[in-house]
Amino acid sequence: METFPILSLMLGIPAVAAVACLFASPRDARWIALGATLVDLALGLVLWAGFDPNGAQWQFQEFQPVFGRFAWALGIDGFALLLILLSVFLMPICIGASWRAIEKRVPEYMSAFLLTEVLMIGTFAAQDIFLFYIFFEAGLIPMFLIIGIWGGANRIYASYKFFLYTLLGSLLMLIAMLYMTRTAGSTYIPDLMAYDFPVRAQTWLWLAFFASFAVKMPMWPVHTWLPDAHVQAPTAGSVILAGVLLKLGGYGFLRFSLPMFPEASSELTWLIFALSAVAVIYTSLVALVQSDMKKLIAYSSVAHMAIVTIGLFAFNRQGIEGAMIVMLSHGLVSGALFLCVGVIYDRLHTREIARYGGVSSVMPTFAVFFLLFTMASIGLPGTSGFVGEFLSLMGSYQVSTWTAFLCTTGIILGAAYMLYLYRRVAYGEVKSEEVRAMPDLTGRELWLLAPIAGVVLWMGVYPESFMRPMRNDVGRLLARIERATPHGDSNPTPGRGAPAAEQHASAAHGGAH
Amino acid sequence: MISVIVFLPLLAAVIAGLGNRNLGNVPAKAITTGALFVSCALSWPIFLGFLTGSAQAHVEPVMPWIISGDMDVSWGLRVDALTSVMLVVITTVSALVHLYSWGYMSEDPDQPRFFAYLSLFTFAMLMLVTADNLVQMFFGWEGVGLASYLLIGFWYYKPSANAAAIKAFVVNRVGDLGFMLGIFGIYLVFDTVSIPEILAAAPGMTGSTIGFLGMRADTLTVLCLLLFVGAMGKSAQLGLHTWLPDAMEGPTPVSALIHAATMVTAGVFMVCRLSPMFEAAPAALAVVTAVGAATCLFAATVGLVQNDIKRVIAYSTCSQLGYMFFAAGVGAYGAAMFHLFTHAFFKALLFLGAGSVIHAMHHEQDMRFYGGLRRSIPLTFWAMMIGTFAITGVGIYGVGGFAGFYSKDAIIEAAWASGWLGVSMVGMLVAFLTSFYSWRLVFLTFFGQPRWAGSEHIQHAVHGHHTSDAHHGHDQEAHPEAEHGDSPDPHHGHEDVPHGTAGYHPHESPLSMLIPLGVLSLGAIAAGFAFHHAFIEPEGGPEFWRGSIAFSEHLAHAMHEVPLLVKLSATIAMISGLLLAYAMYIRSRDAASKTADTFRVAYDFFLNKWYFDELYDLLFVRPAFAFGRFFWHRGDEKTIDRFGPNGAAWLAQAGSRAAAKLQTGYVYTYAFVMLIGLTAAVTWAIAG
Repeated sequence: METFPILSLMLGIPAVAAVACLFASPRDARWIALGATLVDLALGLVLWAGFDPNGAQWQFQEFQPVFGRFAWALGIDGFALLLILLSVFLMPICIGASWRAIEKRVPEYMSAFLLTEVLMIGTFAAQDIFLFYIFFEAGLIPMFLIIGIWGGANRIYASYKFFLYTLLGSLLMLIAMLYMTRTAGSTYIPDLMAYDFPVRAQTWLWLAFFASFAVKMPMWPVHTWLPDAHVQAPTAGSVILAGVLLKLGGYGFLRFSLPMFPEASSELTWLIFALSAVAVIYTSLVALVQSDMKKLIAYSSVAHMAIVTIGLFAFNRQGIEGAMIVMLSHGLVSGALFLCVGVIYDRLHTREIARYGGVSSVMPTFAVFFLLFTMASIGLPGTSGFVGEFLSLMGSYQVSTWTAFLCTTGIILGAAYMLYLYRRVAYGEVKSEEVRAMPDLTGRELWLLAPIAGVVLWMGVYPESFMRPMRNDVGRLLARIERATPHGDSNPTPGRGAPAAEQHASAAHGGAH
Repeated sequence: MISVIVFLPLLAAVIAGLGNRNLGNVPAKAITTGALFVSCALSWPIFLGFLTGSAQAHVEPVMPWIISGDMDVSWGLRVDALTSVMLVVITTVSALVHLYSWGYMSEDPDQPRFFAYLSLFTFAMLMLVTADNLVQMFFGWEGVGLASYLLIGFWYYKPSANAAAIKAFVVNRVGDLGFMLGIFGIYLVFDTVSIPEILAAAPGMTGSTIGFLGMRADTLTVLCLLLFVGAMGKSAQLGLHTWLPDAMEGPTPVSALIHAATMVTAGVFMVCRLSPMFEAAPAALAVVTAVGAATCLFAATVGLVQNDIKRVIAYSTCSQLGYMFFAAGVGAYGAAMFHLFTHAFFKALLFLGAGSVIHAMHHEQDMRFYGGLRRSIPLTFWAMMIGTFAITGVGIYGVGGFAGFYSKDAIIEAAWASGWLGVSMVGMLVAFLTSFYSWRLVFLTFFGQPRWAGSEHIQHAVHGHHTSDAHHGHDQEAHPEAEHGDSPDPHHGHEDVPHGTAGYHPHESPLSMLIPLGVLSLGAIAAGFAFHHAFIEPEGGPEFWRGSIAFSEHLAHAMHEVPLLVKLSATIAMISGLLLAYAMYIRSRDAASKTADTFRVAYDFFLNKWYFDELYDLLFVRPAFAFGRFFWHRGDEKTIDRFGPNGAAWLAQAGSRAAAKLQTGYVYTYAFVMLIGLTAAVTWAIAG
């Protein structure tokens, strides 16, 4: 496709910068990191501009055999493009958020972030299954370090929990990958996506991948690492964790589970739906009673990710496109919410909700942004949150009205816990003299939040920019999984007075979805 | 032109909102109010165009929105007769409320924000009524919900206002759950969310069944009922009504605009907009009728005994919405829209009049501390009188009358003509109750002797706390009574309140508040007489609506054929209510408290709003928090973590006694495991 290796360049720049940071002064390290992430953002935009939504499935491909079947194989489709864009967009914001908050071991910190960026982009761009595995698993190492070194008081427990959960899943996934490459005779992901594995084996393979992706998602009941990890992570760590790392699970389902094991996916849809429905209600209720801001947002993330999984396993266009938009939207919105928490944490040094109150009186500009992101999290139409949530739920309705019903209760519970949070933080009388002394957003903070706000509204009002690149890929995926599409429970019968043509359309509809 | 009407308020809201205090009060107010008056001036010609038959229904495309397979949703602005009615209601009341707020909010430190919210609300409401597809309608639906949330909680330092704002949003979301599921179901059945396409295909789907939550039921009934749940939330129908009375925590102009004239009627509008589909689902229509009639009666009974002037009007609104719904339910969509139209004028008038009273009485809202105000604030008095004439339906059969005379009578007649005799009688009974509580309000407020001395607000005013009040804005010092909406001790009737003026001199409101009262008074007088021909008559109706609602000529004819007694019933009810109120509040001074004592159980039941809030608190709010805590501590901490990671850790520690090593070296362990795995993988790959 493209002769210029832009993907390798996007990996190379932060990698080189990560090494350079280690040998720089704290001040220089910050600027190196910011520069490298901004260059990557610019390259990401070039990638977006150069991506042809009507072109081949895989674009910007690079292939360099290393040894045996293992190859430096890169290439992206629409899904990968969008998630890479999300990563490169959030990364400079993370560097900016850490500008003053991080004071110890700055060069190492910046280096860890740049390394994370390399590994994230690598995960989304990898076309060799083992290359994917390396990026996918290694991506967590800098995150361990970020939590473990620059985290809060209980950081060791948090990163240890994170590790334990992840370990089991990765091992099972690795074994499954070995079996797959052996059976299919290829490590090339596009080949594997087209290979029909025996239906019996599919279930085991699906479960092995599920073990890894469910933890990353995270799905209930393997979600308990997330609140601890978020609470202990520094602000920028939370942003990347919520913004990009949580998307690895969804990407995995989309890239591996669905196209490689369509029959197993269809068979086990009930499991996904059940866990997701439980997650929406359970974690939303838990979010309602949190007294720690970051924990509350972390629990809300679990509920939002459940909307992603039901959309993906709805086996229809609205579901899958909705799930992708929820992933992008959640990356932006929960990232922004963690930034908002960071902004007030930097002033009062507590995440305890009860210590705040009346913030909108002293920080009116902050209150506006916080409100916008709160509303986006609730899924108010006009923000990105609505588009994804709506499509995803609509998709799931076509398969299971129960699932759609139970998960749609999330819009009530979500409104309850987010507005309750907003009320306790922003509204009411100014709580204390400390709160009264809090200055409004600085210019730097404004520049972190304003771009996210802009994209959240853009995605809410004109999501077409983000849906066009993936449209054909969704079509290809649907064509691939069509044979296993589960039947819905609605099955409307044709009406009495319908003209013949219409009857046909509505009858066909019930089955097709 | 429709784009200008819709987007000008948005532009004004953005300018005033972002400019906020940097912009200054006067520019922010001038921009928003000016924009609304322009929108209003442009809306009336559209409405008149439909009245005269010269305008054509059309859709003005804006841009694509969500395209996902067959679901193709675009931003677009639909203009037809139904929209044109809503356009004039929204822009007229909104423009007048903007103007009124110049006076009412003049002491508030946060005026640009207030006006920005008002304009934002107007934009969202206009998007709702111009929607050509259900998703854009939902956008407007949620947008007005946001604006309502922001405006109820406008005085955000008041805990009661915050609680009311959250309650309004969350209860509305319960309705939205139904609305969303309805949209999903409609897309599944019809393969589209475009309203004209749905309405065209709906009649063909009669007799179809669909699976929903494990049941099988008639397709159109399921879909209509799901959508109706949404309408119940927005229009505060029985069961989902609890947020509306609490919404009175917002500034009074907000109550007039959002919680009386426009937003709360969105549910009625939705049912009328989708009337061809509802017509094909008779079972759903029966539910609409029953819920409407039940709400109508319920809210009126509660309105009888409230002491807070705004709450009386709030329950009155709830009750009048019930009228509109059962009108729609019996198939009289024209009558439903007509009552929506006239109600917007007289209810906005009553609210703004109440605001003027509250303004004059130094933020006192408890009617037990009013009395004798007609001489102090005569213009407000007359505006309120006109509003009361309109809502109670003063008029002479065969001659003419105030706005409500036409629209309410039409609803009662329509219910009778369509065979819903019981519902029609509920309508008559509620007409009597409406008359009673409306006159009770007037008598307590404007007649009798002043009882101002008992009011803390008045005491504050007299003793010179004026400045500190002004700083906080209006309504700020809500009584405990006002917050809970009822008296802590109902045994104390009106007679125990100290009499006298306490030396206080109420003053008439400024011109900016009186002009809207005057304009709305005109509407309350003439809206019924001027427009009943087009809205409900068998000759004028079809020509005016031209298919934008399912107007039944047959029913319109039948309405004229009902017995004379039915036609006169509303007038009789109105006079009886007036006489009873006169007897209880003017002629005899202790009849009210005696009656309350006699019917203590019923009185307490009504006063406490049928205990809905207590019930919901017990059923939903407390369990939600309890389950949240249970899942968190018992689920996450005691079960998942205990047997999951912590259990694994315990095993690891017991096994290797190397906890420290594990805790510090886990990254390396992890990297090591991964490396081994990779080595194995690569070896395998090369070997294979």
